[in-house]
Amino acid sequence: MENGMYTFTNKLRNFSIILMVVGFLGLTYGFLTSPDTVEEAQAMVADPHHGDGHGADHGEAHDAHADDHGAAAHADSAHDDHHEAASSHGEEHGEDHHGEHLLHQLQNKPWAALYVAAFFFMMIALGTLAFYAVNRAAQAGWSPALFRVMEGITAYLLPGALVVFVILALSGMHFNHLFIWMDPEVVAHDKLIQGKVGFLNVPGFLLRALFYIAGWTTYRYFSRKFSLAQDQATDISNHKKNFRISAGFLVFFIVTESMMSWDWIMSIDPHWFSTLFGWYVFASMFVSGITTIALVAIYLKSKGYLEKVNNSHIHDLGKFMFGISIFWTYLWFSQFMLIWYSNIPEEVTYFITRIEDYNLPFFGMLVMNFIFPLLILMNSDYKRMNYFIVMTGIVILLGHYIDVFNMIMPSAVGDQWFIGIAELGGFAFFFGLFIFVVFKEISKAPLHASGDPLMGESERFHY
Amino acid sequence: MSSNQVIHALYDDDDTLLSAVKSIRDEKHHIEEVYTPFPVHGLDKALGLADTRISIMAFIYGCIGFSVAVMMMNYIMIVDWPQNIGGKPSFSYLENMPAFVPIMFEMTVFFAAHLMVITFYLRSKLWPFKAAENPNPLTTDDKFLVEIELHDNEKDLKSLLKKTGAIDIQIIEKKEDDE
Repeated sequence: MENGMYTFTNKLRNFSIILMVVGFLGLTYGFLTSPDTVEEAQAMVADPHHGDGHGADHGEAHDAHADDHGAAAHADSAHDDHHEAASSHGEEHGEDHHGEHLLHQLQNKPWAALYVAAFFFMMIALGTLAFYAVNRAAQAGWSPALFRVMEGITAYLLPGALVVFVILALSGMHFNHLFIWMDPEVVAHDKLIQGKVGFLNVPGFLLRALFYIAGWTTYRYFSRKFSLAQDQATDISNHKKNFRISAGFLVFFIVTESMMSWDWIMSIDPHWFSTLFGWYVFASMFVSGITTIALVAIYLKSKGYLEKVNNSHIHDLGKFMFGISIFWTYLWFSQFMLIWYSNIPEEVTYFITRIEDYNLPFFGMLVMNFIFPLLILMNSDYKRMNYFIVMTGIVILLGHYIDVFNMIMPSAVGDQWFIGIAELGGFAFFFGLFIFVVFKEISKAPLHASGDPLMGESERFHY
Repeated sequence: MSSNQVIHALYDDDDTLLSAVKSIRDEKHHIEEVYTPFPVHGLDKALGLADTRISIMAFIYGCIGFSVAVMMMNYIMIVDWPQNIGGKPSFSYLENMPAFVPIMFEMTVFFAAHLMVITFYLRSKLWPFKAAENPNPLTTDDKFLVEIELHDNEKDLKSLLKKTGAIDIQIIEKKEDDE
């Protein structure tokens, strides 16, 4: 504390380890209870504890939308397309396609729970890295006081992205059916996927993933290195190098982030596509990253660190949370309205499954990610008060977790979703890992980037 | 009570102006008005002015614009002349609502922006062809002017203003009918 170094307290360390253990147990429970046979799967669905409430939701939503969607309302997800196609191809697939489909969905459930949480926390670190690079490239004067917080959060990118990569690699080895285009049986009967094999093939998919991860973490490694070196330096050459690689990274990032979103999320629905999907995922990760910066900064400040961070810095982060939340909504709506209006069956099926089977998370997410931050953070004074930033920040983060949930679950598990032990376990596990990695990294360097040439401006920053 | 003499101090930098305003107020002199060529950040706080309420009005105007858009689209598209556009017959407001969202957004912004400007003009008593009130045309270019009331403390005030970095100090007789 005397030298401005943060110490990772045992209390927080134990908390993160407990979260990881509990989360691991929850995930293990999810994997152990997933069915092995079609009969088990059907027995689970017949069990009144499962699917409770979904039935009612399903019916209501269906009635409300049956009128305007007409025939499209009966189109279903890509999975069903595949099974319809498969069933016309006859006997080798056995009699009970519906049961087999259900089995795949229930077997996917713990994998999807793992994947949603792994992706969500990786996305926070990646969004923070993008925000950090924007501040470096713009030579922003207000933010250097927060650089060490951002560098701490981005430390999670390498472990977080590697976990995602392992899940993708296991999918490629057919441990699960998250990505149905990886199954040669499916591709053999699916003309649309056959046309995309040039892009959607397992070796290319994994090589691209490695390429993205290598690029992001290399930038992160060097930027952190220059940032620490600048503390001791007598000239600003490290600062200049950081400026240059940040500008270069942003170009690399916006291309690879977009392709990453097609690969890692959009290809779960291999028939469906949206041209602004990359932007949409970017908005989600950007606002989650900025919110996390604010929450970590407020936490550290409450422990007596970061004495140079004043409520004007928090105010600026609050403005970004407010603005990017609206930007996210703009993209969400742009994507929704065009598809809703044109009503082309293979496109609109994406939203029909979500509105019918995911009614509450789909519209609840809009309230959490748009209406709530809009109304709370509109007032200038509220953005300077830690209480409002923390409260809104938690709602925004949970809202974007549900956003990722809505992007991945419908194609992976269909209407068999539930936020149960496996989903909460996945969230807890990666939350614990995130806290552990981030605060360990923050404890490694002085919290005040004293050598930054723009630090004076940041210290005096007031609005 | 009030004297009819004021002192005009001219500054050539907004940071100098800000610190000058702070030290003038620390010495308990009453600043009548500050004329600046552009908005100076933090000047309202330094002058101790009450917070602007225009943001509250902006919110209310936005709500009005939003409601107007909702009612307008309901009347035009549902009540008065329902049409079948792209296979979406417009008999229900709710089912056609997504198509109206861009209009709601635009009307919210339109009402908030225009009514805010009009409110600002009214509150500042500005109207077309009104004669300018700023005492020195330099304040429309690159200089900043602080106007302080004089109460037989000319010498004190002059030396204080010199210390704060004023580039020009003038004593002005105010006309009687100005009050």
